[in-house]
Amino acid sequence: MPTISVNKQQLFDLLGKNYSNDEFDELCFEFGVELDEDTTEEALKNGEEPELKIEIGANRYDLLCIEGIAQSLNEYLGRAETPKYKLLKPTTKLIIDKETEQIRPYATAAVLRNIKFTEKSYASFISLQDKLHSNLCRNRSLVAMGTHDLDSVKGPFHYRALPPKDIKFIPLNQTKEFNGEELIAFYKTPEQKNNIGRFTHIIEDSPVFPVIMDDNDTVCSLPPLINSEHSKISIDTRNVFIDITATDKTKAEIVLDTLCAMFSRYCDEPFTIEPVEIVSEHNGQSRMAPKVEERVMDVSIPYINSALGLEQTPEEIAACLKKLSLHATVSKNDQALLSVSIPMTRSDILHPCDIMEDAAIGYGYNNLPKGKQLSNANFVASALPINKISDIFRLASSQASWLEVMALTLCSHDENFKFLKTEDDNSKAVKLANPKTLEYQVVRTTLLPGLLKTVKENRKHTLPIKVFESGDVVFKNDTLERKAYNERHWGAIYVGKNSGFEIIQGLLGKIMQTFRTQWVADFGAASTGRGFWIEQDDSVKTYFPGRGARVMFRSKEGEKAQQIGHLGVLHPEVMNNFDVPFAASYVELNSEVFL
Amino acid sequence: MSDFQLEILQKLNDLGEIKSSITTFPNKTSQDVLSALNSLQAHSKVEFKNIDTMHYDLSKEGTEIVNNGSHEILLVKLISDLGKLQIKDVASKMGSNGKVGQARAFKNGWIKKNDSNELELSDKVKALNLNDLTDDTKDLLIKISKNEGVESIDNKTLADLKKRKLINQKKITDFHITKGSDFSLTITKAETDITSDMVQNGSYKDMTFKDYNFNSQGVQPQSGALHPLNKVREEFRQIFFSMGFTEMPSNQYVETGFWNFDALYVPQQHPARDLQDTFYLKDPLVADLPEDKTYMNNIKAVHENGKYDSIGYRYNWHEKESQKLVLRTHTTAISVAMLHELAKDPKPTRLFSIDRVFRNEAVDATHLAEFHQVEGVLADYNITLGDLIQFMEEFFAKMGVTGLRFKPTYNPYTEPSMEIYSWHEGLAKWVEIGNSGMFRPEMLESMGLPRDLRVLGWGLSLERPTMIKYKVQNIRELLGHKVSLDFIESNPAARLDEDLYD
Repeated sequence: MPTISVNKQQLFDLLGKNYSNDEFDELCFEFGVELDEDTTEEALKNGEEPELKIEIGANRYDLLCIEGIAQSLNEYLGRAETPKYKLLKPTTKLIIDKETEQIRPYATAAVLRNIKFTEKSYASFISLQDKLHSNLCRNRSLVAMGTHDLDSVKGPFHYRALPPKDIKFIPLNQTKEFNGEELIAFYKTPEQKNNIGRFTHIIEDSPVFPVIMDDNDTVCSLPPLINSEHSKISIDTRNVFIDITATDKTKAEIVLDTLCAMFSRYCDEPFTIEPVEIVSEHNGQSRMAPKVEERVMDVSIPYINSALGLEQTPEEIAACLKKLSLHATVSKNDQALLSVSIPMTRSDILHPCDIMEDAAIGYGYNNLPKGKQLSNANFVASALPINKISDIFRLASSQASWLEVMALTLCSHDENFKFLKTEDDNSKAVKLANPKTLEYQVVRTTLLPGLLKTVKENRKHTLPIKVFESGDVVFKNDTLERKAYNERHWGAIYVGKNSGFEIIQGLLGKIMQTFRTQWVADFGAASTGRGFWIEQDDSVKTYFPGRGARVMFRSKEGEKAQQIGHLGVLHPEVMNNFDVPFAASYVELNSEVFL
Repeated sequence: MSDFQLEILQKLNDLGEIKSSITTFPNKTSQDVLSALNSLQAHSKVEFKNIDTMHYDLSKEGTEIVNNGSHEILLVKLISDLGKLQIKDVASKMGSNGKVGQARAFKNGWIKKNDSNELELSDKVKALNLNDLTDDTKDLLIKISKNEGVESIDNKTLADLKKRKLINQKKITDFHITKGSDFSLTITKAETDITSDMVQNGSYKDMTFKDYNFNSQGVQPQSGALHPLNKVREEFRQIFFSMGFTEMPSNQYVETGFWNFDALYVPQQHPARDLQDTFYLKDPLVADLPEDKTYMNNIKAVHENGKYDSIGYRYNWHEKESQKLVLRTHTTAISVAMLHELAKDPKPTRLFSIDRVFRNEAVDATHLAEFHQVEGVLADYNITLGDLIQFMEEFFAKMGVTGLRFKPTYNPYTEPSMEIYSWHEGLAKWVEIGNSGMFRPEMLESMGLPRDLRVLGWGLSLERPTMIKYKVQNIRELLGHKVSLDFIESNPAARLDEDLYD
């Protein structure tokens, strides 16, 4: 969720009241934003103006600036009406070339005519663009915006896609002219890498770059990177031309609507927007932008009442909705419907359920009548079978004096293979594409790395160290939709001055006995019924040669025995790989055979 | 009772008190005396006090000096016999003692050195009879050996003698013994423990037993232990079971973009799907599309153009994006699959899971790349937001958390959405303890669930309440290999009904 900083006094002036901290916190809580921090204490020390840091919902782009927060809170408090946005006569065009489809197919534009910025509103205008760029625009990849002094350029404007070498201009805050190629090189220098350099990847590999030009072919901006120095705006700019380019048309419109709705209040005639005629013949997208008329969505009155457990009249619901900038009247066609007008700022309303939620917020979540519909009577609960099996392992192990640990399921490739002296044949382990650290490269295929790492961290503990884990490992399986599945395993280790093989063997016996399974002598030959035995097996290289064995299990009379795990004395190289200076024995079973 | 203990008691009986154990029992070592006294004292037969005194005796060299005179006297006598002595010959005539004797004889002004490096008697000594010279060292040692007037010798002199290894220092412990509160001439031996023999032959009846020291902890039993996080998990499971919830098959960490995001109405450009937040797989790389193609097409439609009264997100939905494989970022990926199953036979349902989820986050004291999510799902016909509120109050009341408040919030797949807050006494503020909401119709109706079957969902992390419960500051000390085994061994039962959030 984004957090924005607003000037505390300025906001309170706009709200017409100096709120106490608790009062403001309460207002935010009920409205559905969160007061994260009040910097008053810190600011007083540093001689700065106190700020409020407010966390807002990720779908409310209109709340990303102080203008929007104040507007919405004032409407919520009943101190203001939703602005009626009005379009002026268009005076210019944006002509979109077909070639832009190769790189960034959508563009739109608008003009804020006769605007008067103050220092604060100018800063807010810049800051809102930054917030939109980093949130909704996904770091300019989906949408980028540029703002220009309309009086410094001449419409109609052109949105083109040109070879980088053919685009020449002085970028904003520079003194020398660059062409497109030089500009990319410049922004990739170490000084720029963390600034504009973060966005070069969006276009740098394309044979053509998007560019907005005026009618004299003067470059206005090279989206999504930079505007031109020539057309830059200042606090004194009176007419602002906004250009938007995008790969996502819906988001382009939301960005344009948000900028226009929030800042048209500073025009000589507040809330007027001068539209731009978008000429986009090649894809049939010619239109006037932006659209300011309110959308209408019909919502069933019984639906709202039923979802909220209320019996409100249409008027009462309308009163609740009005607090959230939604204007509802009973539909002319159907008495059971509310026709709800949605202002251009509320792109978050997708479905009647969004209106139902606003009706609930307007009513107050904490005022809603408690429900009485639910009863526990008809539900028979049950545990997941594998969790029951797992719990049997866990209880039996802890009763046998082992300590339960919960290791991470992600580990490094070495920990899962090389350190265990095993090879990765790429048939089993799931591998991550984008981990932030080498600690997380694969999902474990055995519980052993986690247990050994836990022992390593607890080397100072009294010997012997006896720990176990009952948890999931993950294996690849190409036949499944999800291409991988979990398998519940149980692993237990004994670490001491001696390997303690017979102790681990004894624990295995205890566990098997818990699962109603007796040891069968002579490697399974002594009986034909249910039972288990172990057979020497040198295939798991994690164990010292000659000291490893597979665990065999016959589930019932006449069934074929199957391997369900392995045990053995851990190879000293394995112990050293995990920095554990002791001897150890280990057993690991697939728990799922007991399902 | 030993003979010696009896002897002590009898002497005490005869004398009333024993002022000096050394005098009374000259043949016993102080160790023997102490051991006997300790035993008698334990039975309150005697009381005693230590009297420590210092005692000195002569070393072998010291004894020689007493017998033959000090080194300086011997040197003077030698020089007197020879008339003069080359300095270099002192050692050959007198051994290592010659050097000491020479230094002290000079100090006493008994000898002098002439120009040819020879020692001669001083004029003072020449005038005297050698037998009239006072041998201070010898006199001191005699005093010490006879233990007469040692108190009058100053510490510096004693230290000097010790340094010259002429005397040895010894501490002598004497005891002053008086009658104890239970003084008598006999002792009944107290037994330390009841044995099986005593139980069988009844001998305990005639025995006295030693007092126990109850100000003690006993012997720790050897024991295993369950992990605290799993103990809290079990508390949550029991709460869910008591409210009729069935556990979901959440044992599936690898998910497709479809089930983890698309099915939950999370648009394909949503920040949660960023590489920064979600672990993607490179092997395996591509998932199959969901088997239920009608469902998939509904999801595509509701994202792209809207459906079920929704205007949709209005973007191009790509199958490829939904085929990306991820480590699930929430267990809701399982819930949504369960609800999709439910659509085959819709009915009121209660489900829960507590299992691991994965986030590609930078690790710090409160964030790990994996943690556990507690999730509940409740489907029923025409239930209300008030029902959700009521249910949350009942659910959290089972862990002793009451007086909840609900804050509007935004989740991509629930609407309305409510964050659940409870008052935290320690922090003196409202803290978020969970998140909840009604699943969006776009999500449910795509599955084919009837419109009036509403579904409530809520979730919280397992680690956070556990950290509060066990006062763990760093999540890495709770989940993962950095946990301390001592912590696991010693932590108490996880009773969530005991003031969890206070």
